[in-house]
Amino acid sequence: MISANLLAIFYLISGVLFILALRGLSSPETSRQGNLFGIIGMTIAIGVTIISAGNFSTGFLYLIILLLIGGSIGAFIAFKIPMTAMPELVAGFHSLVGLAAVFVAISAFLNPEVFNLGSPGNIKIASLIEMSLGASIGAITFTGSIIAFLKLRGIMSGSPITFIGQHFLNLILGIILVSLIFFLCKTQSNNLFWMVVTISLLVGILLIIPIGGADMPVVISMLNSYSGWAAAGIGFTLENTALIITGALVGSSGAILSYIMCKGMNRSFFNVILGGWGATDQSSSTKSKEQKPVKSGNAEDAAFLMKNASSVIIVPGYGMAVAQAQHALREMVDALKKNGVKVTYAIHPVAGRMPGHMNVLLAEANVPYDEVFELEEINNDFANCDVAYVIGANDVTNPIAKTDPQSPIYGMPILDVEKSKSVLFVKRSLSPGYAGIDNDLFYRDNTLMLFADAKKMTEEIIKNLN
Amino acid sequence: MEIDPFIFRFSIFILSIFIGYYVVWSVTPSLHTPLMSVTNAISSVIIVGAIIAALAGENQNILDTANIFGFLAIILAAVNIFGGFLVTQRMLAMYKKKKKDKK
Repeated sequence: MISANLLAIFYLISGVLFILALRGLSSPETSRQGNLFGIIGMTIAIGVTIISAGNFSTGFLYLIILLLIGGSIGAFIAFKIPMTAMPELVAGFHSLVGLAAVFVAISAFLNPEVFNLGSPGNIKIASLIEMSLGASIGAITFTGSIIAFLKLRGIMSGSPITFIGQHFLNLILGIILVSLIFFLCKTQSNNLFWMVVTISLLVGILLIIPIGGADMPVVISMLNSYSGWAAAGIGFTLENTALIITGALVGSSGAILSYIMCKGMNRSFFNVILGGWGATDQSSSTKSKEQKPVKSGNAEDAAFLMKNASSVIIVPGYGMAVAQAQHALREMVDALKKNGVKVTYAIHPVAGRMPGHMNVLLAEANVPYDEVFELEEINNDFANCDVAYVIGANDVTNPIAKTDPQSPIYGMPILDVEKSKSVLFVKRSLSPGYAGIDNDLFYRDNTLMLFADAKKMTEEIIKNLN
Repeated sequence: MEIDPFIFRFSIFILSIFIGYYVVWSVTPSLHTPLMSVTNAISSVIIVGAIIAALAGENQNILDTANIFGFLAIILAAVNIFGGFLVTQRMLAMYKKKKKDKK
């Protein structure tokens, strides 16, 4: 056995190790060490908890078996998952944290003596509030992440699902939740507790269905944040410092990421959450479609242009991930470098379906991270660059964001590809991007459209370069 | 006058939010995906609650409803812990600097 004070100190140590784990991510060199700190912190927390529980017979056996089962499933997924599927993996993992929080809260509600919270039917009010909040946020995280997972995986359509009175319904459900928790504190009724969980599960679904596929970076960050708050809520219930510290860290981390993503789209958080944005704009843009002249080229032209350039900037977007073109892209860059061309990569904050998505894909393709730049670092370089190779990105390069206050993307920071001497757009068709607006760049004199699958086109260009 | 222990925990909570705020702003944007996967892994420290819940009580009652929810939460959290840390490790191993000696 282990004294309560010693136990608390160990939890504090693992909390500190988790802080160091996040701190390590400030640069790729220290990040691996950071991850190790995280693992050590987790091992300490689990280890001391098992020792303090002091049950080394049947229960312990079950525990080890379940840890092994869960651990092998997790390890299997971690090694098998392709990097392009990272967003749905993270969404899936969030749902597990959410559900685990719900289960722990249920367990604490059914058997409060274990956690010194009172007895069934006579649980301390503060603990009751904490555990219902933990269960509620956990349940929202669970179903919300499942919807996000289904949308990212393509099982469910990425287009927003909206209906009349949606926000009103959410508001009503929110009010019902608060009053249920209030009456739960008064009556301690089991049924009310189950109703809190059920309604929260419903709210999670309703919150995420109106949000469009390309807003997923915000949704994933937001759910990341929720999973943290749920953990913190449970931490308060169980009076556990490790959980409180971790919950606060994860909660603020997710909130910051959501903020960065919203800023990358120049939209307010509420605007994204209320959703339904992409749908209305698409209909208006289709009718104003007129035939404008477009210069389209082939791989030979593109190879010629880039070979004779002195500097090329690559702008990857979600289309690159869909086409799995990152490896081909790296080969193309290698071929260009052999010809003495200077190549760098420019990444928009909301490129892809989750924060940092493009960076991971490029890293997977062995692109050194010091050739990859963020928007602010590289945006001035476009003016001095000969060719911008835009692969699978669209809205993030649209100059309309700077000129037309009517445009839905007005004010969004964009990559200034139009300033480079020529622009190569790899795209399947002229179809507008997710925002549903036409990109003026397609029709400019210095733009060459390469209509093809991103990967096939890049491979063609490689052939022409060699 | 005694201060309610809740206030201490609440102080820890608020200060941790501030720590999180400053630490996360210093994370380089290129590592935002690993940041999400690692925060995911560490939030599974909720497993400590699951363990306490699962191992509570006498051994003959180890499969009570409350314990079973604890055991279920252990599996979920274990998937997350192993999956989260390992996938982070795998991603971070891919981030390489430019090689000085060209092959």
